[in-house]
Amino acid sequence: MIEFNINDKKVKAGAGWSLLDTARHYGVDIPTLCYHESVAASGACRLCIVELKQGDWSKLVASCIYPVQAGINVYTETKRVQNVRRWIFEMLLSACPASGEIRRMAAKYGVESTRFPIHDPDQTCMVCGLCSRVCEEVVGLSAISTVDRGVHKKVSSPFLRPTDVCVACGSCVSICPTGAMQAIFDSVRGKPTMQLTQLTA
Amino acid sequence: MSHYAEALDEIMESYPGQPEYLIFMLQDIQAKYGYISKESMLLACDRAGVPLTQGYSVATFYQSFRLDPKGEHEIRVCSGTACHLKGSHRLVEALERRLGVKPGETTEDLRFTLNTVNCVGACALAPVVVVDETYQPNMSAKKLAKQLKTLDHELTIDTKEQGHG
Amino acid sequence: MANPGTALKREDWRLKSAQDLAALQNQILASRDPERPEIVVCHGSGCMANGSPKVTDALRAALTEAGIDAKVMPGIKTTGCQGFCSRGPLVLIRPQGLFYEQVKPKDVTEIVERTIMAGEPIERLLYKLPETGEPVLTEQEIPFYNLQQRIVLHNIGKIDPADITDTIAAGGYQALAQALTAMDPEQVVAEIEKSGLRGRGGAGFPTGRKWRSALNAVAKKGRPIYVVVNGDEGDPGAFMDRTIMEGDPHAVLEGLIIGAYALGASQGYLYVRAEYPLAIKHLEIAMSQARELGLLGENILNSGFSFEVQINRGAGAFVCGESTALFTSIEGKPGNPRPKYVRSVEEGLWGRPTVLNNVETWANIPLIIGNGSDWYAGLGVPHSTGTKVFSLVGKVNNVGLVEVPMGATISRIVEEIGGGVPDGSPFKAVQTGGPSGGCIPYHLKNTPVDFDSLTQAGSMMGSGAMIVMDEGDCVVDVGRYFLRFLEEESCGKCLPCRLGLTRMREILDNFSRGQGSEEDIEDLISLAQAVQDGALCALGTSAPNPVLTTIRYFKEEYLAHVRDRRCPAGVCKELITYAIDPELCTGCASCARQCPNNCISGEKKKPHVIDAALCIRCGICKETCKFDAVKVS
Repeated sequence: MIEFNINDKKVKAGAGWSLLDTARHYGVDIPTLCYHESVAASGACRLCIVELKQGDWSKLVASCIYPVQAGINVYTETKRVQNVRRWIFEMLLSACPASGEIRRMAAKYGVESTRFPIHDPDQTCMVCGLCSRVCEEVVGLSAISTVDRGVHKKVSSPFLRPTDVCVACGSCVSICPTGAMQAIFDSVRGKPTMQLTQLTA
Repeated sequence: MSHYAEALDEIMESYPGQPEYLIFMLQDIQAKYGYISKESMLLACDRAGVPLTQGYSVATFYQSFRLDPKGEHEIRVCSGTACHLKGSHRLVEALERRLGVKPGETTEDLRFTLNTVNCVGACALAPVVVVDETYQPNMSAKKLAKQLKTLDHELTIDTKEQGHG
Repeated sequence: MANPGTALKREDWRLKSAQDLAALQNQILASRDPERPEIVVCHGSGCMANGSPKVTDALRAALTEAGIDAKVMPGIKTTGCQGFCSRGPLVLIRPQGLFYEQVKPKDVTEIVERTIMAGEPIERLLYKLPETGEPVLTEQEIPFYNLQQRIVLHNIGKIDPADITDTIAAGGYQALAQALTAMDPEQVVAEIEKSGLRGRGGAGFPTGRKWRSALNAVAKKGRPIYVVVNGDEGDPGAFMDRTIMEGDPHAVLEGLIIGAYALGASQGYLYVRAEYPLAIKHLEIAMSQARELGLLGENILNSGFSFEVQINRGAGAFVCGESTALFTSIEGKPGNPRPKYVRSVEEGLWGRPTVLNNVETWANIPLIIGNGSDWYAGLGVPHSTGTKVFSLVGKVNNVGLVEVPMGATISRIVEEIGGGVPDGSPFKAVQTGGPSGGCIPYHLKNTPVDFDSLTQAGSMMGSGAMIVMDEGDCVVDVGRYFLRFLEEESCGKCLPCRLGLTRMREILDNFSRGQGSEEDIEDLISLAQAVQDGALCALGTSAPNPVLTTIRYFKEEYLAHVRDRRCPAGVCKELITYAIDPELCTGCASCARQCPNNCISGEKKKPHVIDAALCIRCGICKETCKFDAVKVS
């Protein structure tokens, strides 16, 4: 058992646990979007940021991926942490304005509007990568991946064309935290090659 | 087509069939053909033993790979800091106006591809424009116009229809 | 490609001991007559773009035609960058050491007739001291050179990088021989620790400490361990690593082999940016020639130590200069960084212990092993020992490569060595650290250039690009420039960077249009803080630096944009107007002919006028005017 502190309270964690695992075990609330137990943590959305402090020294780390260590002091609601979270939510509201899930989470953390321009009012995908990770790690097919780079980064099948590597298992749709995958799934899978009526003919 | 397939096979065979050689293969294909076709991508991924998604992600992540053929001539304006301070963005604008395309695009007649390129390290000669593989030093809009004329006799120096006045 | 010595056949010349190497050096030196005339032409990328290959060709032709006796026929040597880029193409005449600048093919006949055959210097090709206009004959008399301390660069511009005999003659690989035959790996690591060497790629992490941690990691996890050269020099304006790889590739190789020996690595990687094809070519030639001599590969110098290297070419991604992205790229994947909570020395390439160091860091290793850690620790200042190579660019008279001991001041570098701003005015700011760094204003010009002093001033050392800005450069514009650069280069994986950099850039775009308020500046700082704290990798966390330092030192300029709708430097397009000064305009109409929008009108030989409503502020008229009649306000 590894002992350390979260918000000045002593906690005990198992070997191999992350800070997030421990916090959730003790009912301490840390928001996440790109985290899911069934795939490897990626530390991409940065909402799960916490602050480690030791005297004058402090560091912000992604709790979903940071391994527990004896004796560290973890804080989940410092000013710096809240600043990061607040801005991420405000930017998400402008980047994915059509996602109800994001709006709900943002409101929970006190962010209800955004000053930033909305370039794509229908966007719901925040490119967390959960869909491509589940397809690779759990389903083992790698039918989709994140393509391009930077602001153009998106989820797609190769060459943006329908692929029959995808077997329509729907794992990506169920793991998607914002509901964006449903629409993307249709373009990944393409039109059905067989109409049901043909079977009964 | 068999020549193409043979040449591609040659490239594949020159590397061990391991994931770490995917980028090497794509680079050879890019160097030889100027772009990566779907067919060559499939072969490279197959040889390296990686899913097609990895090949496509790699080809779209890195700037040096193209998925469609580029123009006969490639004009790359250096976007380094020294070049920027000497007005490289004005050169890009001049080329956009003259060629009618934005960086990353190719003219419809497939003659010119316009691009910016990250600092090429020839800062004493800013602003630098790389025309095909040649570094052109101390460029100006006027010199660019001359360059384009040399490359393509049908383009004229005069950008205006009317005379001045 | 140069012939590596007349009789370098594998069977004859494979070196089997340190003594063999020393004997080879003596042999090469004995076969060279130091009095024999030699013409050394700079073939660094800058001079090559400026036409030096044509000069070399003209020299070859002229020498042949001149009918000089074969016994005294001068050799022509092409080298890497000689450093004084703004005076190129550069030619050195040995043995006198005559320094000729701005040499053109049409000067070649005279050089052969007067200098080579009659021993006379040609005055118009000599460097003139700026204060007096007096010409000087040699490099040593030129302040740009004699104020530097060129130890990492000592071979560059003197040796032919494609000819290993030049490197051997200059003492190359002796440090390696010493390490392999007279030191054990632990001693090598200890020497690097004692030298105080800190990483030259930007972060300045103590190299000895990194190597020590790597040894500990191997003790825990076993082999393999990998050594990697970070040749992905991506900071715009930086060309130090390029020059080292192109001009003295063996310095990097030798350092890498010594490191591999010290760390117990049998496989190394050279990750070189795709945009440096000449560097890649010279490294390949160097590796091949080193292999022939038994300095690389199986059983080096018969020591029992074997080491091989592979060159991986980058494919166009600045982010691949970041360690985890670089490793991922070597593994054949897109260069997305990973959170670095376990150090690379423990889990790097393929999850194995890996030591990644920058090109310049590796090039320092043979110097430390060869001359001793005490010597090295005596250079520079206590917490930043040794020297640093800088690429001095921008609004400065002497653009080029500068190497100084750590602790030299900005003023020393920019004003004394660099010759200051061309119009003689004080510089406005010096940008160090590339997109991760910041601007140091003129009033801090006595800041010593070392890791800690620069960080305290709000910037950072970075890889070595030093960009000089004058009053004609707008800090808001420079902030936008770096943000746009990083926006393009961001991998896009984490939200603070993918979303935050664009939002920050949009705010700066507004400022450059005269929109926004003082409150927006405060919001920008808060958002910048969130990006610094929240981003996944160093690209993101350091991205706000240029903006934050310019706000810190140039707040007034930001306020001028948002409060007064004014761009004091005359750069931001929406806030400036182009106008023709009627006193200076001769009515030649050259500008009108070039104007892409037909904005300029007037009668022949009478002052012309720009129609401000049509003007798109492309700047072409100002560029064209020979009378400086176009003014920006």
